[in-house]
Amino acid sequence: MSERTLGDLTHEVRSKNAGPFWVTMELFCHDEEAYRIAAEESGLDEQVVGRLYRVDPAQVLIFRIPSLNVVKISFPRPLSQGSLRDRDMHAGQHHVPLALLPAGRGGRGAGSAS
Amino acid sequence: MSPEPVTIAPDTTAPVASVRVLTPAGVLGAGFPESTIERGMSLRPDVIALDGGSTDSGPYYLGAGQPKIAAAAVRRDLRVLLKAAAAAGIPLVIGSCGTSGTDSGVDWVAGMVAAIQQEEGLSMRVARIYAEQEASELKQYLDTGRLHALPPLGELTADVLESCTHIVAMMGHEPIVAALENGAQVVLAGRATDTALAAAVPLMKGMPPGPTWHASKIVECGGQATTDPRAGGVLATIDAAGFFTIEPLSPDAACTPTSVAAHMLYETVDPFRMREPDGTLDVSGASYAALDDRIVRVDGSRFETAAQYTNKLEGARVAGYETLSFSAIRDPLITGAIDEWAAFLRRTLVSRVEQTLALSPDEYAFDLRLYGHNGVLDELEPDSDHAPREVGVMLLVNAHDQATATAVAKIANPLMLHLPTPDMTYLPSLAFATSPAEVERGPAYEFVLNHVVDSPSPTSLFRIEIEEAADV
Repeated sequence: MSERTLGDLTHEVRSKNAGPFWVTMELFCHDEEAYRIAAEESGLDEQVVGRLYRVDPAQVLIFRIPSLNVVKISFPRPLSQGSLRDRDMHAGQHHVPLALLPAGRGGRGAGSAS
Repeated sequence: MSPEPVTIAPDTTAPVASVRVLTPAGVLGAGFPESTIERGMSLRPDVIALDGGSTDSGPYYLGAGQPKIAAAAVRRDLRVLLKAAAAAGIPLVIGSCGTSGTDSGVDWVAGMVAAIQQEEGLSMRVARIYAEQEASELKQYLDTGRLHALPPLGELTADVLESCTHIVAMMGHEPIVAALENGAQVVLAGRATDTALAAAVPLMKGMPPGPTWHASKIVECGGQATTDPRAGGVLATIDAAGFFTIEPLSPDAACTPTSVAAHMLYETVDPFRMREPDGTLDVSGASYAALDDRIVRVDGSRFETAAQYTNKLEGARVAGYETLSFSAIRDPLITGAIDEWAAFLRRTLVSRVEQTLALSPDEYAFDLRLYGHNGVLDELEPDSDHAPREVGVMLLVNAHDQATATAVAKIANPLMLHLPTPDMTYLPSLAFATSPAEVERGPAYEFVLNHVVDSPSPTSLFRIEIEEAADV
């Protein structure tokens, strides 16, 4: 895992439920340069997120916020909160696949491979 | 000696230049250093407002009508805040009482408030605002096309409403303002939007809605918008000129333009637009500036009034009964082949349940979680190639009644104790964590509503009851 990941570009990656039916996650990038790489649409887009989390890309929302060097991603929870197969009640550990995604254009490649 | 009853004159006609809101913590019962309240009160707030709950921790609390936070922790915070509000002669507003904001949650907090008032010789007038809804009344909204789905849920049928054990509507600021205007000094609201609690007094005193709602969103998680979320709450000052400032109660913490702006990201689907019952807060044009090294000023927050007033509904129902069992594996011969072992367990369990209980796989359900391997992320786990040192094996069974769920878990018991990998020639013994291994969880709940009602008026879904001052 020597390849640079999205997590390497940030000082924090987090995820959290946004009400019972949505999950949202944020990449807090180190600086403008790190943000530019993380926010690059050729690397991280709705299709990549859809494959990574096995959700419909049409329901993925991505907010790129240069004033905060933040990329924010929201999508409906695939498993309803508290249901038998929901293993993360607050969706607080679901940022990890995003953080481990190779940075830049590599994100698209890794997403396609899964 | 009994103190004089505190009088509050909620005069909505007298123009004021600014309104100050003190939020001591993200939730009632979370705790805060008492010194932060002393310091906050020296800044002369006009109201103390805080949240008593959330759907954050799952459907159980609404479904069962049970609070999440320990009574002793709620009582401790209440005592500090009631005394501070009474001494300053300002109202205390608490919403989503008892975690989910059911009627029993409001009464649970009201009972503690009454006891503390008695013990402390306080006599503030208490309003209870009930937010729980009858399925039969909501069906009338459904039948007349005044009940709508929010994404990702679809249209509703009446039987879903009837299946709920509890349904609450989220109130805006208006029922709280109505209670304050009728002389309430402590408002204990059922389910409310987090922001309505802080917004009520500023809006009642004529502050502009853009900065009021934005400030209310920033304060709703207490110290979350500061550089040290554990140091206590915040104070927001909403100015009639159309901006607000925000500062931490603790002199050792700071609000920075980034810490305040970033809070709009927290637990929100959309960081720029947030719907309230009477309209939408839009912060896309907001600017954040440091007034000094711990106070931030925010300009440019806008609020668009909606054509139709709506209240959001939350509802939960029973979704079967669950029994849990937990064992653990340290032997590298098994942890090295953990996916094969787990697949063998699943197959063997399904076949043993069919053989003994005559249940087919569609008559019950189970989740087998391998903590230490991929227990948290399951099939989304990107890094499960190496053998774990140890694995916690949790079996969670769901069935239509408790006895069946437990029977399935008991059929699994010998497997979670002795199941080998497919190519082992002897029976290992695995590490159960408890005796008995099975824990009955009772009913499981699920959220089934994510819908809004076109309300005839902002107060029509809510019942306001104002008590007389406590007899001390």
